[in-house]
Amino acid sequence: MMHLDCPWCGYRNVSEFGYLGELRERPDPATTTREEWRAYLYLRRNPAGRLEEGWYHRAGCRRYFEAVRDTTDNTVSETRPPTRHPDGHDEGEHATAGDLDVTSVSV
Amino acid sequence: MRSRARHTIGRPARKIAGFSAAALVRHGLGEATDWPRVWRAHELERSYDVVIVGGGIHGLAAAYYLASRHGITNVAVLEKGYLGGGGSGRNTAIARSNYLTPEGVAFYDRSLKLYENLSAELNFNIMFSQRGHMTLAHNDSSLRTMRWRAEVNKLQGIESEVIGPEEIKRLAPPIDVSADTRFPILGALYHPPGGIIRHDAVVWGYARGADRYGVQLHQQTEVLGIETSGGQVQKVRTSRGDIATKTVLNCTAGWSSLINDMVGVRAPITTSPLQAAVTEPVKPFLDAVVVSGSLHVYVSQTARGELVFGASVDPFAQYSMRGSLDFIEGLAGNVLTLMPGLSKMRLLRQWGGLCDMTPDYSPLMGTTDVDGFLVDIGWGTYGFKAGPVSGEQMAELIATGRTPALIEPFGIGRFLAGRLVGEKGAASVGH
Repeated sequence: MMHLDCPWCGYRNVSEFGYLGELRERPDPATTTREEWRAYLYLRRNPAGRLEEGWYHRAGCRRYFEAVRDTTDNTVSETRPPTRHPDGHDEGEHATAGDLDVTSVSV
Repeated sequence: MRSRARHTIGRPARKIAGFSAAALVRHGLGEATDWPRVWRAHELERSYDVVIVGGGIHGLAAAYYLASRHGITNVAVLEKGYLGGGGSGRNTAIARSNYLTPEGVAFYDRSLKLYENLSAELNFNIMFSQRGHMTLAHNDSSLRTMRWRAEVNKLQGIESEVIGPEEIKRLAPPIDVSADTRFPILGALYHPPGGIIRHDAVVWGYARGADRYGVQLHQQTEVLGIETSGGQVQKVRTSRGDIATKTVLNCTAGWSSLINDMVGVRAPITTSPLQAAVTEPVKPFLDAVVVSGSLHVYVSQTARGELVFGASVDPFAQYSMRGSLDFIEGLAGNVLTLMPGLSKMRLLRQWGGLCDMTPDYSPLMGTTDVDGFLVDIGWGTYGFKAGPVSGEQMAELIATGRTPALIEPFGIGRFLAGRLVGEKGAASVGH
């Protein structure tokens, strides 16, 4: 079975993880148009090759993280704690495994 | 583009010759080496009226209907591999029309009607076996959806009804309908006209028909790029040279996003493989096609006697079609929950096919923001059953320039307009 390297738990079977799909910028709900919001909801790049994506360690630490994966052969070149908050602003120095407050993140 | 013929229903303009009982006797008495080629190979021309990308059921059907219904024969079908080597040869060959939305029901039922007449139309036996289709309900909420679907279906004249465990047992004796299984069966949506079809025969039949009308089928011809100017398609670059054309139809499955990228058309698609498996052949013992959403599995027995198992799509997006052991393990467990008597059956092989999933589990058909670039994509796990109708309707769109009412709800713009056609409850077993 394919393995994923959870930033907190290490290598685990991919069946332990939930898939959140490709990373994308969420527009500000307060100022966005309906069309922009729907484009954010539905449209995807769906590349054959390098993809930056979100995962959730459902059957482990229950934290979110990011991976860089080649969609043609499923080789994962990198996994890392979330670098972006779903609201779009940068997590900056908080994006380390130890102190990121992932409990407030809802996807 | 001007259409020469009026739109007709299920009638070929002329019989597609070559195969008959007399021909069988004649060739059988000889060396049987002089059968005509089913389709011809051609040099690539410098220009075509219509270029269809993808030589599967959808692309070949569109080409066939363009030529046979509308007299548009200067058409090229470009296939990077071999005809029917993608989703057309990897699906589980099930056809049905008991969908959930009125739009979906009308669309898929037209396909079923075309399939019913297709062997005669193409003069090629596609082996459509209308043996009945059952979708099992293991809990109250599924049973509620089945009742809803049955009512929607009946309103539109589709044979569809909810049946109980006794009737399920009568129609498909290998199913365990007892109350002491992990997921007891409460009922099923039964759809008598549903069934299975020999999928390769559909590819070959349409290919042969299109070829006889003068359409050029180009295998081993990969599309490398599409050039536009002034927002209008001008040229298709292929691995065998450039083609000038004003009309390109994207009929690919699995790679549709990559073709769209060539002209900058964005679509709500993610690609995932769906794995399937087949057992050794045994004597016929299972008539109906059996589907269980809760167990993520569907089962049918082919004319050869093999059991075909399909499942839900793999849980994350990818273009890899590699099979996995955990899939087979899970599938076998679910099949045995449903039919414990199969425990001694041996699997022959497993495979994967790419599915272009859309958020509402309905396809994307019609024109795009780029003039001359049309799509027939986003076929998720339901492309095989829709091949004839989407080919017919896309051909009409290309020939007349007007989007037919049957596919109007499935336009690529519906997502930004907020008009989804939600078929998730009826289109898949993956939820």
